[in-house]
Amino acid sequence: MSDTKTITEEKKLPKDIASSEGLVNVQVDGVWIKVPKGTRMIEACKLAEQHVPHYCYHPKLSSPGNCRMCLVQMGMPPRLAPGQTPEYNDRGFQEIGWMPRPVIACANTVAENMGIRTTGELVEKCREGVMEFLLINHPLDCPICDQAGECTLQEYSVQHGKGTSRFVEDKIKKPKNVDIGPRINLDDERCVMCSRCIRFMDEVADEPVLGFIDRGTHTKLTCHPGRKVESNYGMNIIDICPVGALTSKDFRFQMRVWFLKETKSIDINCGTGCNVTLWSRGNEIFRVTPRQNDDVNSTWMPDSHRLAFKSLHTDDRLTDCMIKSEGAHKVGTWQDTKTAIASALAKFEGKDIAVIGSARQTNEELFLTKALTTAVKAENFSLVPRFKESDEKLISADRNPNTTGAQIILEMDDPYAGLEQIKTRIRTGEIKALIVLHEDLLEAAAFTSEELSKLEFLVSANTHASGTASAADFVIPVSGFSERRGSMVNVSGRLQKMNQAILAPGKTLEDWEMLRDLILAITGEKNETYMLEDILKQIAATYKEFSGITFSKIGDLGKVIKETGVTIPLLEREKERINNKEIVG
Amino acid sequence: MAKVTKLKRPEMSTKDNIYLIGIAKGAFITLKHAFTTVFGKTRGADSLGSSGTGVTMQYPEQKWDDELPEYYRGAPALVTDEQDRERCVSCQLCEFICPPKAIKITPDEISSDDPWAKVEKRPKTFDIDMIRCIYCGLCEEVCPEQAIYLRKDYAITGTSREEMVHNKERLYEIGGKRVGLVNKWNELK
Repeated sequence: MSDTKTITEEKKLPKDIASSEGLVNVQVDGVWIKVPKGTRMIEACKLAEQHVPHYCYHPKLSSPGNCRMCLVQMGMPPRLAPGQTPEYNDRGFQEIGWMPRPVIACANTVAENMGIRTTGELVEKCREGVMEFLLINHPLDCPICDQAGECTLQEYSVQHGKGTSRFVEDKIKKPKNVDIGPRINLDDERCVMCSRCIRFMDEVADEPVLGFIDRGTHTKLTCHPGRKVESNYGMNIIDICPVGALTSKDFRFQMRVWFLKETKSIDINCGTGCNVTLWSRGNEIFRVTPRQNDDVNSTWMPDSHRLAFKSLHTDDRLTDCMIKSEGAHKVGTWQDTKTAIASALAKFEGKDIAVIGSARQTNEELFLTKALTTAVKAENFSLVPRFKESDEKLISADRNPNTTGAQIILEMDDPYAGLEQIKTRIRTGEIKALIVLHEDLLEAAAFTSEELSKLEFLVSANTHASGTASAADFVIPVSGFSERRGSMVNVSGRLQKMNQAILAPGKTLEDWEMLRDLILAITGEKNETYMLEDILKQIAATYKEFSGITFSKIGDLGKVIKETGVTIPLLEREKERINNKEIVG
Repeated sequence: MAKVTKLKRPEMSTKDNIYLIGIAKGAFITLKHAFTTVFGKTRGADSLGSSGTGVTMQYPEQKWDDELPEYYRGAPALVTDEQDRERCVSCQLCEFICPPKAIKITPDEISSDDPWAKVEKRPKTFDIDMIRCIYCGLCEEVCPEQAIYLRKDYAITGTSREEMVHNKERLYEIGGKRVGLVNKWNELK
């Protein structure tokens, strides 16, 4: 006996080893793991790869613990009698005394030598009971519900629910198809009162307009009288709603989610470059939802950017090359167009030519744009700036998605500096030929039609019909966002991948192909660019920021390649809340 | 654990192993039919109005339509309920399950002034390409609203591909009305 005691004393106990590392030992379903102190039980279970079903818990929001779906069984070492010393088993853990009642895993934190059971009779019974209560007044209108297919109520009903209802009384009726905002629809009957939307509007969107009224089984989600969910972040509550209570007006009844293909990409409407998932079927994008990236957009995105994809499927998309003859545009082939552009440009000298690119182009396209500028020996070059006010959340003041990338690729501190000079020189007639890529100068750069009409030669490559395009001698259709691949660098210097979800309409080429062909037609020099990857290879060899970068190395969450010192306000606030232990993060 | 019972093949006797008896039995049946055919007394000669040469019917002069069993799987069609409401709510499960991808649905929202506004959703277009349809009946099986049924129409013909696509009007024309079954959208649910 005395021998064993000395051995135990000499051997360091697991609790001491863990506490020296700031960790605690937790047993999840019989397996001992070490997790950081203060971890929520639900997160500890996640680390042990045990999924705990939940509705109200969201790592980015506070935990009220009101859905009761995450009930688990918990155990701690029994409290010692006065004078009693704790006993440790041969692995150095104390015996766990299991509590006869369940606890919620989302709002409780772990402790040393704690035991958690996510299975077992007690837990299963609890889940079945909670599911049955949640479904008592559920309208069972899955066939018309937009959430069907991605509804946690459906998923947990399969796992923990009963096949039939024991509820024989009349169901409570609540308002359906309620308009709670310009972009959101509410169905109170489907609501499980998890309060995620209320907390989001309060804590993240800073517009606490939602709340519950009435008590007990009559509880309803509703807007404050006279108010609507008009926040530019309102549509995020549709994503976080675990059931079909909040649905998008834009996506309403458009397509069942199981038909949609998911493509990971990035948003291109501002410098933040929110990570998104594109949902497409066939050659059409149906919706865009934010994708979690804790270094860019957390799990949110602004509504204005979310709905910007609509412009892809409009009637004014360009589908063919156009050549102007006798004042009218005629459809031409790309072969004819590029040769005609090359021969026309040969007549001008370098100082007569200007190229206006766009910071909406990817790094690869900017690299080729630079090559094009060199090929035509253009002495005037600029991008079009888009600076507006930041919303102090996710929308950056810079509405161009790739300014940082342009700074690196073009090796210019201010790639927008030359624009005014180009404008003046067009007015004075010094610049006679202009190539515009991905921009409508009338709308974005405040050019006038008179200025454009002074030019002898104008090429416009853009996605949509525009004032610049109608003034142009040659119009080239190019691919829009989600129709092409490439990489961009966001305001905080993170290199991110834009992926292709659908094909561009008509005979539209991918931008890099168009630029490559054009350069080839102008210079006549053979090049080795067969794939987009070849361009990135050249970029990686040219710029030190990009050294060693390939598309697969960028990954889904991007890679920081430059320290810009720019922070994203929403993320800063989130970090503060994590430090204050308000949220898990 | 399911209980496993091992079955043994029956032992064959020498008599069974010589197939001559079986062959003779078969030949006798064939001969019997040959005789009855000659005398015009085959099964179905009266009841089916067949020619008498076996149960063969002279299609299309003679048709078996009245004899089709209840479970016959003909052309899929949409049905309305007793209040003439279109049952289909455009959930697109049939479109999803359809093995040859014959079904194409465009959903539509029911306007709020409609008496059935509560249902919220209906098909704007509902096309079944009968060139593709394999009459498997999965659409009927998967339908949560009991809105699509395989009816007894089997002679689907057309002179162009477009004609072979049944649109919503045509589907309701074939389907007609079905009563009972779903009371889900009634006010008392």
